[in-house]
Amino acid sequence: MSHETNEHDHGCGCGCHGEKTNPFTELNPVLDHYADIPGSLISILQKAQELYGFLSVELMRHIALETHTSIAKVYGVATFYTQFRFEPVGKYLIMLCQGTACHVNGSKMVEEAIMDYLDIKEGETTADGLFTLNNVACLGCCSLSPVMMINDDTYGQLTKEKVTHILAELKEKADPLQATQEVTA
Amino acid sequence: MRIVIGSGSCGIAAGAHKVQAAFETIIAEKGLELSVEQTGCIGTCYLEPIVDVVDDNGNKVTFVNVTTEDARSIIENHVVGKKELLDLMISQDDITMIGKQKRIVLRNSGLINPERIEDYLAVDGYVAARKCLLEMTPEEIIETVKVAGLKGRGGAGFPTWFKWDAAKKSPGKTKYMVCNADEGDPGAFMDRSVLESDPHALIEGMLIGAKAIGANEGVIYVRAEYPLAIVRLQNAIDQAREKGYLGKDIFSTGFDFDLRIKAGAGAFVCGEETALIASLEGERGMPRLKPPFPAQKGYWNKPTNINNVETFANVPWIFRNGGEAYAALGTKESKGTKVFALTGKVKKGGLVEIPMGLTLKDVIFDIGGGIKQEKAFKAVQMGGPSGGCIPAGLLDTPIDYAEITKTGAIMGSGGMVVMDETTCMVDMARFFLDFTCKESCGKCTYCRVGTTRMLEILNRITQGEGQDGDIELLEELCYKIKDGSLCGLGQTAPNPVLTTIKYFRNEYEDHIYHHKCTAKSCKPLLTYTIDAEKCVGCGACKKNCPVDAITGEKKQVHEINQDICIKCGKCFTVCKFDSVIID
Repeated sequence: MSHETNEHDHGCGCGCHGEKTNPFTELNPVLDHYADIPGSLISILQKAQELYGFLSVELMRHIALETHTSIAKVYGVATFYTQFRFEPVGKYLIMLCQGTACHVNGSKMVEEAIMDYLDIKEGETTADGLFTLNNVACLGCCSLSPVMMINDDTYGQLTKEKVTHILAELKEKADPLQATQEVTA
Repeated sequence: MRIVIGSGSCGIAAGAHKVQAAFETIIAEKGLELSVEQTGCIGTCYLEPIVDVVDDNGNKVTFVNVTTEDARSIIENHVVGKKELLDLMISQDDITMIGKQKRIVLRNSGLINPERIEDYLAVDGYVAARKCLLEMTPEEIIETVKVAGLKGRGGAGFPTWFKWDAAKKSPGKTKYMVCNADEGDPGAFMDRSVLESDPHALIEGMLIGAKAIGANEGVIYVRAEYPLAIVRLQNAIDQAREKGYLGKDIFSTGFDFDLRIKAGAGAFVCGEETALIASLEGERGMPRLKPPFPAQKGYWNKPTNINNVETFANVPWIFRNGGEAYAALGTKESKGTKVFALTGKVKKGGLVEIPMGLTLKDVIFDIGGGIKQEKAFKAVQMGGPSGGCIPAGLLDTPIDYAEITKTGAIMGSGGMVVMDETTCMVDMARFFLDFTCKESCGKCTYCRVGTTRMLEILNRITQGEGQDGDIELLEELCYKIKDGSLCGLGQTAPNPVLTTIKYFRNEYEDHIYHHKCTAKSCKPLLTYTIDAEKCVGCGACKKNCPVDAITGEKKQVHEINQDICIKCGKCFTVCKFDSVIID
């Protein structure tokens, strides 16, 4: 596939007439790989999110343009699936399991403890950009419920105390100075 | 001698990687000749991390709940010192709970290394596929599956042979074999475990199915939330291809079949066949009207057969042991075994595989060990958001598609969540409606708007604002949604509400008419008071109350002002003298 844009048929809607440099060059190999495989929009979006952390409007517009589909189609597919995010996330993405077993074993209590400690609500990111809290349907570790995942690590049999301890440790690891100040305060 | 560490997602979450690193460090430190290997999940997740020490004669000693400190002790005292470490060891009977279980789908889980095809081949792997491709016609393959009586294990329980036969008879050269590994039921992880612990069983099952229907291409649609499963499955596909079990001219029979993985992006409705196909094609996963069925017009409008992971994993066993052997297990209408993810308030949670026909009581009390903390059993939830809650009075119900359906629940894909006296059934119904409401694709008005209205009512009831007539209104909405929805999601979404109303109507009435939650779970319906006899006046509750609702002098009995109290429960948590009473 060619990534060149043509002034008459540019269509990105940003009024740039195609003279802007492509800010998404890292995505080129992905677009090339899927160019001849029909039905690959979801896979392209997944790779794009892996590369850029979230799907910005500009990124979705770029994908629409390169795959010769409408931005509405791209946005429609992206918003249908829970995996896709449209805002940047914190350094640590907390995925709190809200499956049945976790619910029965107190995931609400864990959620309250996280919200209390970080002072954010579900879906929000802390002001320091460290943590984002997302509820997810089921992580499939039901026998260790309640469970959460932070980035690639899974934590099980959570209690209020345990979850606060885990978050405090991560906070310290990321920014020791700030954490000490908080304790002294 | 080998050290084998259970490294499914549950084992890893419990610390298997750290334990493995500890073993490797100690072994290197002591210069011992021991290999450290991984295996999948044996099923007793509550005992993770699990470590097997296997000697050169194949004798195995199993250690459970192993910590990094235990690793040193196992090496020094058991491996080197030849001593028994009774507090860490468990008998093989305990770990597989042999008495009542029958392991067909889980036959290799926790026993073989899922990342090595040689391990699978050593337990007769790909023998069934070889037999099917070399010696059997598609008709004979389908007949064997029919004799076995295998039904779809994804939830609906449709006869597998019938689907294969329909796809086979459907005209066209290009056909597809699809595996639904989008295990979306909250509270279920059977398929994840098979993918992580025995991925070749799935590949072999799909290969046999592909031969039967005449498909040369297969796709496995896996949830993106299962990263480890995707890695192990891809590794298994690569190995199978290298050995020539996938690709061109398999077993020199001229038959071609290749497989690829497609990662789902998170949508419960994609468990529905036509929605799954839309998602495979890169579209929004919305179901469409049937017919045409996928067997006629599926993926890219070509004949397509879709089965779930557990269904495929049964197939190689059936061809190695015969359809009759499989049909000998189970009941008249439900043959073979079923895997359940036993979780919730049960002592020994994990994966169990039982022959059909055992009762719920057998599974929860004999295999699962009963209820945690010796509390009273209240209900078991089967079938996830499409299923229902079965009460204590029906514990003798045999596990059989028709018998479970009679209770108002469904067999489902295998989620079995146990609830005790502290679980509020109205809250459970609210929990599931919250799920289906979010997961409704929005195509059918009844499903989209109906579940929203039901959720609003259930929210009100659990917040103490229930009204006379709410129960009847819920029931009416339930039947309307069932009738007015196109796919299984909408048609079954009301089941959790209908079954809880049927068996626990008194709890709904308590909430609405008496403002009481007997399970003490719905916070707005509780009152917090201080027991004057127990209160020592330490002031902890007063200090921690966020709204200053508590008054009292030091060393005097404290009191909660009910007009100010927001029922956050902080006082209850901080009181060291158990003097805060919740009612």
